[in-house]
Amino acid sequence: MNKYAVDQNGYYGKFGGAYIPEMLHPHIEELKTNYLSIINTPSFKKSFDDLMKDYVGRPSPLYFASRLSEKYNTNIYLKREDLNHTGAHKVNNTIGQILLAKHLGKTRIIAETGAGQHGVATATVCALMGLECIVYMGAKDVVRQAPNVNRMEMLGAKVEAVHSGSKTLKDATNEAIRDWINHPETYYLIGSVVGPHPYPDMVARFQSIISEEIKWQLKEKTGTAFPSAVIACVGGGSNAAGAFYHFTDHQNTRLIAVEAAGEGVHSGKSAATTALGSIGVLHGSKSLMMQTSDGQVIEPHSISAGLDYPGIGPFHAHLFDTKRAEFYSSTDKEAVDSAFELTRLEGIIPALETAHATAILSKIQFNSSDNVVINLSGRGDKDLDTFINYAK
Amino acid sequence: MNRLVSYFQHKKSGSTLNTYFTAGYPSLHDTLHIIKSLEASGADIIELGIPFSDPLADGPTIQQSSEVALQNGMSIDVLFQQLSDLRNQSNIPIVLMGYVNPVLQYGVEKFINQAAKVGIDGFIFPDLPIIEFQNEWQSLLKKHELSFSFLITPETSKERIILLDSLSSGFLYAVSSSSTTGSSKTEGSKMDTDAYLAKINSLNLQNPVLAGFGIKDNEMYEFINARCDGAIIGSAFIKHLTKNGATKDSISSFIHSIKK
Repeated sequence: MNKYAVDQNGYYGKFGGAYIPEMLHPHIEELKTNYLSIINTPSFKKSFDDLMKDYVGRPSPLYFASRLSEKYNTNIYLKREDLNHTGAHKVNNTIGQILLAKHLGKTRIIAETGAGQHGVATATVCALMGLECIVYMGAKDVVRQAPNVNRMEMLGAKVEAVHSGSKTLKDATNEAIRDWINHPETYYLIGSVVGPHPYPDMVARFQSIISEEIKWQLKEKTGTAFPSAVIACVGGGSNAAGAFYHFTDHQNTRLIAVEAAGEGVHSGKSAATTALGSIGVLHGSKSLMMQTSDGQVIEPHSISAGLDYPGIGPFHAHLFDTKRAEFYSSTDKEAVDSAFELTRLEGIIPALETAHATAILSKIQFNSSDNVVINLSGRGDKDLDTFINYAK
Repeated sequence: MNRLVSYFQHKKSGSTLNTYFTAGYPSLHDTLHIIKSLEASGADIIELGIPFSDPLADGPTIQQSSEVALQNGMSIDVLFQQLSDLRNQSNIPIVLMGYVNPVLQYGVEKFINQAAKVGIDGFIFPDLPIIEFQNEWQSLLKKHELSFSFLITPETSKERIILLDSLSSGFLYAVSSSSTTGSSKTEGSKMDTDAYLAKINSLNLQNPVLAGFGIKDNEMYEFINARCDGAIIGSAFIKHLTKNGATKDSISSFIHSIKK
């Protein structure tokens, strides 16, 4: 990944960088100076690979969804990140970062979470490593993703409900950053490809195992390593970054990112950042974000807590800006309908976030010979209440 | 020479009080009146906050004042309108403090030009990276003789303090410990603050050093002023405005409780 990789100043084209108050400078500098050398050491790689295999259960299968393929008259492969330990792709990143935090001698871990999947994945690795864990979660998300709150607490994490702003992921991230400023010895385990450099690159690297596996798995199944298209949902964009990572320089593979349109892109209740956003600085990096003409951040809306975020990571902003990736959006309703379709056709209940990606199948017509990979980023157990209520 | 540089050049003795408040708080049109009341009460410098929806470096007090100010309708445009007659009414040095995003939307060049036009003397943008400062801000500031203050903390290395001092003008902003604004732990131990300010003094920096975050009474104010060039008070003043209102008497009694 050369053309679309981060440069030495921490930018992806005109996006990225580190827009942080001085209080965070030593911690960001420590990470920036050390992350590549640490994660490239043989001992780190071995620890990471061992945990990925024996603890997370990787490689995650690449499953040919025959009934879904038949319905849409193409070849659809689902990358089963939902089968990972803790039920989503998030654990790929938390395993990597917790090993890094250990290496740096950190003992207190903080994280933000939207849907709670990153919170659960962080609480899990903190339990595994015996580290203190505090998870910031918007008060609205604490209610709509209650099962994940229970899981985090059982894992020994402290869940701090955040009542400021829209009470969702944006505000949880603000509060996590403030905690970090106030507790310099803490390690901030960011869950998506957002935040100041080097976080977007670091998280993308840990998630890149997704596309690394897709390549050899697809080759085994079809004889070619490169799919016609890779589809993933984008909130901050960590699962999409991982699914796109090893395909960005292969121009023949379409990269399709799906954002949350909420009640409709122009309904005023949406989280479709590329459709509605403009360039700005949020949570420490320059990227695309939803904002007023005065530069105040607009509170987003999505039925899915994991996509309910007013920005996207700088890597995705760059893919959008250079037209390397195509950006679509799915509404709340389209996502729920798609979740039911996948469940009834394949017996797989996807996370609400993931269902935004599968929903795109009814909008894009692929050729019957195409190999289309959808990153099935998480399972839907946490969303059962929402599904059931919506179906009523 | 701007008013800030001039103030420190002509300062002979005594303490320096820099008072922060959020533009548009408690009411949208309080801005000019609070500036004049602060000046009349004996404040030396004003740090005027431009509210932002996501103020990462601020604790609950300034988060709340920013939220109210935005609800009241404050924006950079409105602020410059309110300040259009500023220099016929006040001569106190004023620096604008804020986050970079609203300025990026307004346009950096237009922002600096307008600020110069209404008589602003300097800026503090805690989340502006050095690289962007050098590329987008520095030459414009020089052209208009405007100051810019970078922050330093107890964890900032000696080499970096010297770099940030060389990029700053007007004053250097020493955060007295690593924390968001108004945090109760920010008083820290006096011994730590003493050692930190002694270290800064030993570097013979080109700029005066003002220390901020966590100062809320006369005792701490005097303590800081004995060890550097002045103190910055923010959250304590906002709390006072919330509780006692923004009348001239209320502001005067606060300033006199700090700077005796």
